[in-house]
Amino acid sequence: MIEVKNINKSFAGKQVLFDVSAVFKPGITNMIIGGSGTGKSVLLKNIVGLIVPDSGSVLFDGRDFHHGSQEEKKALRQEIGMLFQSTALFDSKNVEENVRFPLDMLSDMPMDEKMDRVNFCLKRVGLENVNKKMPSELSGGMKKRVGIARAIALQTKYLFCDEPNSGLDPLTSIMIDNLIYEITKEYNITTVVVSHDMNSVMEIGEHIIFMYRGAKLWEGNNENIFHSDVKELNEFIFSNKLMRRFKQ
Amino acid sequence: MPKRNPFKSLGEYLLFLWRAFTNREPLRIYWKLYIDECLLIGIDSLTIVAITSTFIGAVTAVQTAYNLVSPLIPVYIIGLIVRDMTILELAPTVTAIVFAGKVGSNIAGQLGTMRITEQIDALEVMGINSTSYLVLPKIFAGITMYPLLVILAGFLAILGGYIAGTLGGLITPDEYIYGIRADFIEFNVTFALIKSFVFAFLITSISAFQGYYTQGGALEVGIASTKAVTNSCIALLLADYLLAELLV
Repeated sequence: MIEVKNINKSFAGKQVLFDVSAVFKPGITNMIIGGSGTGKSVLLKNIVGLIVPDSGSVLFDGRDFHHGSQEEKKALRQEIGMLFQSTALFDSKNVEENVRFPLDMLSDMPMDEKMDRVNFCLKRVGLENVNKKMPSELSGGMKKRVGIARAIALQTKYLFCDEPNSGLDPLTSIMIDNLIYEITKEYNITTVVVSHDMNSVMEIGEHIIFMYRGAKLWEGNNENIFHSDVKELNEFIFSNKLMRRFKQ
Repeated sequence: MPKRNPFKSLGEYLLFLWRAFTNREPLRIYWKLYIDECLLIGIDSLTIVAITSTFIGAVTAVQTAYNLVSPLIPVYIIGLIVRDMTILELAPTVTAIVFAGKVGSNIAGQLGTMRITEQIDALEVMGINSTSYLVLPKIFAGITMYPLLVILAGFLAILGGYIAGTLGGLITPDEYIYGIRADFIEFNVTFALIKSFVFAFLITSISAFQGYYTQGGALEVGIASTKAVTNSCIALLLADYLLAELLV
């Protein structure tokens, strides 16, 4: 479980997060949604430690990330996997080396065990026989799947996904959403997905936080999101014709 | 891109170096990276260094010969001047400018691209000290390979002077050989090697600093590469002057 407590963050005097608190439980897909520039990605970066908040704390199963020692932070980071918006695969390494990278860096496994784990993770995300391909040779969906395989290579306890569907066609998006959902259930990990894609919200949003102008404005799930009386949330959800028709 | 305060940038550069040299990953991690960087920085620079140094030596011999108008000055002076100019300045300093152009821009471009495609963030999320992991192998490869390139450049520049001088009928082979052996000061070679270590450190670390802190997109990566070359050149010329004051 991840507890976010009263996070505030400013950049150059401009506050972008206002006292955000939330609890993300394991075994369900937690989503942070909202329009562009509402602070979703900044919140995610505060949670994973890429940005240090001005105040507040983030607890991973009771362990305070930002106020821990370097060793504690390093140990905690090894339990975190992240799928980046741009996938962030290492250009100079092939698929196998990308997935093996966390194992090479952070484990003492012998090579044959590492390779077994790499092949298992690639198989789990539906990619086989692509071990020697370079990231530049993969499609957008395949890159995302390699990113997920790398994120779970170390038997991750916490999985973060920043806009996992960006740049993907609807079918591939659903496939990636389902993959994230299945992995969350299968390994009972705490998953946090940042998205502004309503299809994803409807597909896998078991716990949803709606961000508006840097603050948490609403919290719920994909069942009750359509019955909210929060004006800003409704404007966000029903901004396109398809969703308006769906509502009618 | 907003202009940065130079003193603030200097402070950030020193902190950047501090982070690179502290809290390192296990040494076994660096070996392969170091060898890869040696190949990239050293072997791939051979051609450009060989071409520039040979021609610089040849031009120095020809220019010296045409400026020797007094019959009282012995012709072997051409060899002596080529030798001293090569060892003291042309091999370590001019090659450093070429090196900054080739290797410095490459380092800044590589790290800048890794920054904007979130590859550096991916390393940080995994708990890897990205500064140390990415920068240390480049610095150590630079200070290993650049002195070797300087030795090669010195040899080829003197050879270039010999070829141009003798083929052009400006000096006989015996006179040239006599010239390059006359009044030889061994410390000049030591001085050139000291310079080469300092220049290699400055070029690799400044270029890495510029690339590592790139923000934005492709345009900013280009700007970072340009700044890496210009800042490296300024720093190495300043260091050249300070070393001359201190060691000569």
